[in-house]
Amino acid sequence: MTKEKEEHREDPMQIDSNRVPTGSLLTDYLRIYYGKFFPYTDMFKWLAYGNDGKHPGCDSSYFGRREFSFTIKSDRDEVYLRFQSFFNASEMETSIKAKCPTKIDIGAVYTVDPAKRHAYAQSGFNPIERELVFDIDISDYDDVRYCCSGADTCLNCWPLMTIAIKVIDTALREDFGFSHILWVYSGRRGVHCWVCDSRARRLSKEQRSAIADYFHVYKGGENSLKKVTFSGPLHPFLARAYTDALKNEFEKWVSTQKLFEHEERFHKILQLIPDESVVSELAEKWQGNSVRWEHLKHMLQSGSKKTQGLRRCIEEIVFSYTYPRLDIQVTKGMNHLLKAPFCVHPGTGRICIPIDPKKCEEFDPTSVPTVAQLIEELNANASIGADNYVEKTSLAASVHLFRTCFLEPLIKTCKDELENAYNTMMQQTKDSLNW
Amino acid sequence: MEIVRSQRRNGSDGSGSAASLPLYKSAPSIEFRLEEFGQYAIDRLRVLQAISDGLSRGKKPEEMENLVSEQWRANMKHQDADKTLRKDIISHFVLRLVYCREEEMRRWFLSMETALFRYRFRLQNAEAQKSIMNELQLQYNVLGNAEYETIKDKLTEAARSVNFTSNPETVFYKVPFEDVPELVASRRVFILKGFAFVPRNQVVSLVCTIFRSNISKALALTNRKWRAMIQDQEKDRIAPMVEALGNVYLGPDYSKPKDCAEISLKDINQLASTSFPLCMRHLFGKLREDHHLKHQGRMQLGLFLKGVGLKLEDALAFWRAEFSQKVGAERFDKEYAYSIRHNYGKEGKRTDYTPYSCQKIIMSTPSTGDHHGCPYRHFSEENLRAALNKMGVGGRAMDDIMDKVRNRHYQLACTLTFEATHGTSCETGINHPNQYFVESRKFFESKNKQSQPTA
Repeated sequence: MTKEKEEHREDPMQIDSNRVPTGSLLTDYLRIYYGKFFPYTDMFKWLAYGNDGKHPGCDSSYFGRREFSFTIKSDRDEVYLRFQSFFNASEMETSIKAKCPTKIDIGAVYTVDPAKRHAYAQSGFNPIERELVFDIDISDYDDVRYCCSGADTCLNCWPLMTIAIKVIDTALREDFGFSHILWVYSGRRGVHCWVCDSRARRLSKEQRSAIADYFHVYKGGENSLKKVTFSGPLHPFLARAYTDALKNEFEKWVSTQKLFEHEERFHKILQLIPDESVVSELAEKWQGNSVRWEHLKHMLQSGSKKTQGLRRCIEEIVFSYTYPRLDIQVTKGMNHLLKAPFCVHPGTGRICIPIDPKKCEEFDPTSVPTVAQLIEELNANASIGADNYVEKTSLAASVHLFRTCFLEPLIKTCKDELENAYNTMMQQTKDSLNW
Repeated sequence: MEIVRSQRRNGSDGSGSAASLPLYKSAPSIEFRLEEFGQYAIDRLRVLQAISDGLSRGKKPEEMENLVSEQWRANMKHQDADKTLRKDIISHFVLRLVYCREEEMRRWFLSMETALFRYRFRLQNAEAQKSIMNELQLQYNVLGNAEYETIKDKLTEAARSVNFTSNPETVFYKVPFEDVPELVASRRVFILKGFAFVPRNQVVSLVCTIFRSNISKALALTNRKWRAMIQDQEKDRIAPMVEALGNVYLGPDYSKPKDCAEISLKDINQLASTSFPLCMRHLFGKLREDHHLKHQGRMQLGLFLKGVGLKLEDALAFWRAEFSQKVGAERFDKEYAYSIRHNYGKEGKRTDYTPYSCQKIIMSTPSTGDHHGCPYRHFSEENLRAALNKMGVGGRAMDDIMDKVRNRHYQLACTLTFEATHGTSCETGINHPNQYFVESRKFFESKNKQSQPTA
């Protein structure tokens, strides 16, 4: 092992940054990535939520009660280690560097150190805090995108993720009053959202379920044709999503996905219209016409047809295609393990970097740095004798975003909360001592 | 430990007085007589049973309000408000003891008590409701005018989306969204910066959630205490009463088949395939197949057949015909005939046993080799589907039934089966296997009458 390290210093590895590393090559890359790039201190500062031991009101056991899990792939098999925990940043760093996991997941904060759970009765080991999380996967939209399918994504269909971020981020801030929200690229085909306000971390399963259901608009399994049904005027949240994001995105989607140019594509839309006469009239007229979407809108909005269910048909169509499709189970559970930011996605080599929700339209998943690319940059820096290697690589921007947009405001709030809680407690003690 | 008696002196005597709706926070330290123990419990149980019926028939909230009001007046109300309150509290706590002992019972009791509370709450006046909310420590602030002005458009929008017309007089409460998960989940309220704006009529839902959660915890605690000490301590005094109360069924007991004609043996196969509920079909089928049934199975099927109109002589012939194929006629006469006569009240202390209600059948615990119990509860999904298929149930109806089963609404599942196999709706939910039979015969009789003139 040491010999390899020396070799790295003297003679940089030959990197092909276009190849997605697998097997032992991946392990080698990960070793370097975990050695030089993974932001341990930042991750610790985040997950400690101010409990870094510096304030008398800190709970120094807090970080140690958080569950992590590691997925460790070797040539032969894949091992999944749950209930990993670390007392501080340094222990976490040592463990990650030693084990070189292909994936790191973050779980809940428990009543006791997960590694010591067996020492307690089953009733004594429970999750008590956990961020509110969301997981959106573009493969859940396969039935409405025609440019890609499955694990692929391109700049034509990525806007679906952008819409999802906008709609959900706005609702989380405006409706629910949350402010410490971290959006992360999942490395291949989706995004994760971590809501870190203390109010969010303390939500019960029932409350998480309620929030998930609040966002649940696209419903129905394989067997139902119509997944979005609005029986009356829209709730303010849905109305806002429609006017601020979905309406215009759908117009763009119509053209990028050529929804009305291919019969099987517009046929799907026609299936959402609950009036046979409208459908047949349109189908007839569309034999040669191409201004179909305008035509359809006009027909449905004109109010000339009084069939029940037509009033909201346009919104239903727009929502069916563009409204965020969440994995509800991820949000509802309190101890669902979710991939940590700054992991390397083993399928693509890309780093799971944060996304700034205010600039989510600018995010380009095809230009996210890969681990190979980062190592190449590192070697280039080293060869010219530059200092502060990591800061001069493409990862620097992401770490900077993480710190300025998310971590710093969060820590400030946490410290304030700790301070207030501490002062209140001191005051109460003082009061109780005054007979 | 005191009864909730706080505002009694202040409240008027009408149904709106605050303390007339207790929260049952702690067991009363009232003294009462053992007779009151049973009687009060049964009266309250009548109310809960009526609610259960009403809900399974899908009555609307306004209808339920009326039902609760009537039932309460008929069974619980006393001229003296104090006495009503006393009975209210005692009966609730007695039933808590009775229904804490099994999970199915806890679920039923919790649901019915919450429903009872919900409709009684709705019937209270605004002042009474406010004081109950205070007692539950709900941090509600009435939305101030200034804030109202800034969001009134959104409030209207949200109200319209659930078909509710709000007007400037509608009182809104500003509540942390965490306190109203149901309303958030169904997007029934406008939320802003972490607060939900709940119109007064929806406050009911909040209050009920808290009530339900409190009673649920209390039931679990009571169960533990019961098992740990009380059951033993009270084994000669209260325990037998609690046991008996747990088996109380308040509908018609079908022990004397009046309305339906007596059935004869030759009809029995036909009747089994058209008019028996699944539980009895299954027992009947197994009896035909194995020529034997274990004790509980014999009781469940035997009493049902009695309720259906099978005379004693025919019953004896029927069981002998089956059992003698397995154990021989002699052994049958020696070992089994006695208990059949016993069921018909012809032996021993001559009690005329009543056929088992659904509640009792659902609560039973069949084990290996048993075929009694409620198939909707005790069968695996696979077996239940197969059994229903044989009855001719499929498609959408099957899905609906399985859905009810998954949600543990076994009687509703049986009702749906009735509807699917008869092609008609069953207004009264099924509470008793003999009721299923009676309704079924009614249906076929009227069908026959209709088809006769054209024959």
